[in-house]
Amino acid sequence: MADFDEELDASGLNCPLPILRAKKALAGMDAGKVLHIIATDPGSVKDFEAFARQTGNELMESMEEGGKFLFLIKKA
Amino acid sequence: MDEKKLAIIATKGSLDWAYPPFILASTASALGYETEIFFTFYGLQLLKKELDLKVTPLGNPGMPMPGGMEKWFPTLLTALPGMEAMMTSMMKKKMASKGVASLEELRELCQEAEVRLIACQMTVDLFDMDPAAFVEGIEFAGAARFFEFAGESDICLYI
Repeated sequence: MADFDEELDASGLNCPLPILRAKKALAGMDAGKVLHIIATDPGSVKDFEAFARQTGNELMESMEEGGKFLFLIKKA
Repeated sequence: MDEKKLAIIATKGSLDWAYPPFILASTASALGYETEIFFTFYGLQLLKKELDLKVTPLGNPGMPMPGGMEKWFPTLLTALPGMEAMMTSMMKKKMASKGVASLEELRELCQEAEVRLIACQMTVDLFDMDPAAFVEGIEFAGAARFFEFAGESDICLYI
């Protein structure tokens, strides 16, 4: 997993909390910075894909590891 | 990229009908939509400071009950005293155990995300409701005000 500037642990949170928290975290970050998100909600995979498409923030990586879903989103 | 608009009319006041408007609005907002919810009739219950919403299987044949009971549980029995309170309590426990946000939290997230919450003035007058019983930060207006936004919306939902 590449470097990231901030981390958001959304484990145990279900739709729509992971993307809502991510939006809040990204709002406080500068453009170009990367947010690492950890989630346990399987629905979050598609949610983050849609989130990236809709908001223009880049979904750099999306993977599953040890039962958790990990995402890297770069703020546009 | 022009911001898309989502307009929702919330007309129901039971626990099961309360989640969709707040979840849809907060999610849309996270995706960059400009969102407005117009609460009318029983939807006004969702704007009360103290939320005390119920859910009942009575008249709700689609509502699942534990252990597949809904397949054979007689409708008449769902009208028994205590059934509504029990089902409401079970539903709330289920929501909590599955990590679903509470209604208060979802509503707060909506307001934080600048979703506009509008209470139908006519309904407030109709049911003699006290404006002080509602949460802060909402607007009181009529249908015409809602149409101003709804007319421009990309998505308009009736809940």
